[in-house]
Amino acid sequence: MSSSLRFRAELLTALGLLAAPFVLPHLGFAPNTVNRILVWGLFGIGFDILFGYTGLLSFGQSALYGTGGFVAAYLLTRAGFPHVVLALIIGTIAAAAVGYLVGLIALRRTGIYFAMITVAIAEVFYFVEFNPLAEWTGGENGLPGVPTPSLYLGFTTVHFTSGWALYPFLAFCYFIGIVLALRIVRSPVGAVLSAIRENPLRAAAVGHNIHGYKLAAFVIAAAYAGLAGGLLGVMQAFMPPEAFTFDTSGQLVMQTAIGGRGTLFGPLVGAAVWLYLQDFLQATLNLGAAWKLVLGLIFVLLVCFLRQGIIGGFQDLYRLTIGRKPAPAEPVEPTEAAPLAPDAPRPAPMPPRRRAPEGFRGPILQASGLTKHYGGLAANSDINFTVQRGELRGIIGPNGAGKSTFFKMLTCEVPPTAGRIVFEGHDITGKTVTDVCQLGLTKSYQVNQLFNRLTVRQNLTIAALAELRGKFRLDMLGSMSKIRGLDEQVEHTLALVNLADRPDTPVSQLAYGEKRRLEVGLALASSPSLLLLDEPLAGMSPRERVETVKLLKSISQGRTMIIIDHDMDSLFELAERITVLQEGRVLAEGTPQEIKGNTKVQEAYLGGVHGVLGQ
Amino acid sequence: MFTWPNLLSQLFNGLALGALLALISSGLTIIYGTLGVLNLAHGAMFMLGGYAGYVAYQATDSFIVAVLAGTLFLLVVGVVIERLIIRHFYDRPHEDQLLVTFGLSICFVEIVRFFFSSLSVNVPAPAIFSGITQLGVMAYPTYRLAVVGIVAVALLALYLMLYRTRLGMIVRAGIEDPVMVDSLGINVFRVFMVVFGIGSMAAGFAGIVNAPVVSLTPDVGEAILVQTFVVVVIGGVGSFPGAVLGGLIAGEIISITSMINPGYAYVMLFAAMTLVLLVRPHGLLGTRGRE
Repeated sequence: MSSSLRFRAELLTALGLLAAPFVLPHLGFAPNTVNRILVWGLFGIGFDILFGYTGLLSFGQSALYGTGGFVAAYLLTRAGFPHVVLALIIGTIAAAAVGYLVGLIALRRTGIYFAMITVAIAEVFYFVEFNPLAEWTGGENGLPGVPTPSLYLGFTTVHFTSGWALYPFLAFCYFIGIVLALRIVRSPVGAVLSAIRENPLRAAAVGHNIHGYKLAAFVIAAAYAGLAGGLLGVMQAFMPPEAFTFDTSGQLVMQTAIGGRGTLFGPLVGAAVWLYLQDFLQATLNLGAAWKLVLGLIFVLLVCFLRQGIIGGFQDLYRLTIGRKPAPAEPVEPTEAAPLAPDAPRPAPMPPRRRAPEGFRGPILQASGLTKHYGGLAANSDINFTVQRGELRGIIGPNGAGKSTFFKMLTCEVPPTAGRIVFEGHDITGKTVTDVCQLGLTKSYQVNQLFNRLTVRQNLTIAALAELRGKFRLDMLGSMSKIRGLDEQVEHTLALVNLADRPDTPVSQLAYGEKRRLEVGLALASSPSLLLLDEPLAGMSPRERVETVKLLKSISQGRTMIIIDHDMDSLFELAERITVLQEGRVLAEGTPQEIKGNTKVQEAYLGGVHGVLGQ
Repeated sequence: MFTWPNLLSQLFNGLALGALLALISSGLTIIYGTLGVLNLAHGAMFMLGGYAGYVAYQATDSFIVAVLAGTLFLLVVGVVIERLIIRHFYDRPHEDQLLVTFGLSICFVEIVRFFFSSLSVNVPAPAIFSGITQLGVMAYPTYRLAVVGIVAVALLALYLMLYRTRLGMIVRAGIEDPVMVDSLGINVFRVFMVVFGIGSMAAGFAGIVNAPVVSLTPDVGEAILVQTFVVVVIGGVGSFPGAVLGGLIAGEIISITSMINPGYAYVMLFAAMTLVLLVRPHGLLGTRGRE
């Protein structure tokens, strides 16, 4: 992105906010409506980071909105605290702290559980405000008399009272909010958040502590909610207890979905539509209480037909009118049309990062007595398995031999029933898949696990970030360009897996073979010292297989790899040693030559037809 | 205020509320378990059942007709909604399903508000269940006792449907593994429609049975929905026995806490939910499965 375009969103926001008081009155917006739109818009920025970017749909944001609002209002009214801005900041911090605690509970589960738990928690806050805390919060009366801020300029004092006089203050808060949010979503943290939305399993597997990042997103959303709640009190000169109701959370969700999630500006647009229609339907059309029914119907229709909301709709319209098609629906496979120049020099693979303890000389991986039972079914029984540094090991076995389960235990995706795994001298038994990846052991999956709505480059960036930043770091105001070695590592991996000509294509538009290579690339981008590949050749055409075998050969230089595959010709060509699994046990182990001649293996595969493997 | 008769009557209140919550939650949980859709309009459907029954009662003066009307109306609403809208959301993300059912709940509530205003309406208890029954040391409203019985019969019917019929077998199999059921050649779409209808019907039935206990307002479903969520989280999503157990636990917690201080009813309910989440994240009787 060129530097002139880099701050385009910020610049346009500033211009829009400056122009609003001159334009909006002509469109029938009352000043108080505009102020309310800004407060909802600010509330929604944080919610959009949580929902649109991280994929966590909370129906309990009212709890944090109310908390921030009542803390600030209490300080300014009953406690007699004089400084409005400071009170708002304290309210924001209080909401963030409460958000942290709520997040600890709510994020124990995902998906619909998360939605249900947030609803329940918000309901608790509502009742607590009304009853046990009524002495502080005024119960059902709320807290009246919240003062407005003023600014002492040396020669005069500007009072931000109400209507257009309050607007500059709210617009300033919104501007700060959007600038910070834009930085967050462009930061490495923002990239990880969208990875979590797309595929939490893989985000964890490439080495990110997704629970930590989700909690961070929840706290960010809570802080925005707290500030917006405080501003609500200031704007109305009264902190209403209704801030805590389920309606508040619901309205926020609806406005965000109407405007367009994952855009940061969606909630503002949604709030503008919502509040404008509310005024219009009530005042102009005299619909009375039916306004909400009309908005409810509009909302249902929007969810059904315009999935990305108003902003998403305009983006599609824009693409249509300027004739740029949103990219072909049919994936193109460039390697079929123009095969790789066979002699083109392949880039040397990234050297694996050395993470082993100093002076460690033993085998890179040692599994002993590894056993996995699923109920009565023994998937793996008492497997002993040792791999030396630099080795390329193949694992074969008939379907159901327990190969994938074995890999899942090695990468700590499933805990073994018994046994021990030692990787580079670390006992990794019982660790998480994230920690193991950080130590330098990762896997490419049998079934592609990619970040589907992100581009090829973004996919690889997310994997590389895990290696360069560690499993958890809150550099949410930092820039991607400040991370040393990121671009090189991503470019390098792109070239290595032969996707350098399509870095900006979304994954959903890649052909199968390309997705398969990206799958390997995701594992490679974190520079593992031990790479496991679960059926990298599955489903490929013969030509793709030849290409992929070449790729695997080149990345195996200086790296230890274990490959599961059914393509024995390729595996015998690649691997130095082969382990054969059958019915969850090690049947044989040896060089490809030994395995080909092994009668037990021949029987397992071919039911005793001798000599076929040795042809 | 704490006295022994008071405690006893609160225990009964808890049983009545718990049985009701169990029934509503069963509807929610079998819909979710089978279709994979969390129906945020479930509370609004509970409310709709009450109002449909109210209209029928106004027309006929018969409580039986009111119960039938509330139940059947929701069966129809459930089937129509499934065909028209929900069906198109099976392949869309969970978030979209939540959004659309939430939108539907707003529409249901506002439609009722449009026709009946926000003022509360009442459906009186049927004559045979009116008045007070003397139960040893305490006097207890007869209808509330009857609610426990009526809901228990409904739960039994749901149990028989789930565990003793072919449809029930498909539903339970679908909760375990929907892909497998599909690949066995069972027309899952028709099963989905029926399940959504039955789940909605359970909410509608609970809505009209509960109508004589509390007065009806358009918002009556919202609080119930939240309580239902807690029940499902405690019991385990997709588990019918879990919904029953969770319902009874939640009912008793609310009632007993209300006796001491009503303001803390939700706090205690929430504390119980948190405890379950910490100790058994999949719910008391839930299994690892759909998320």
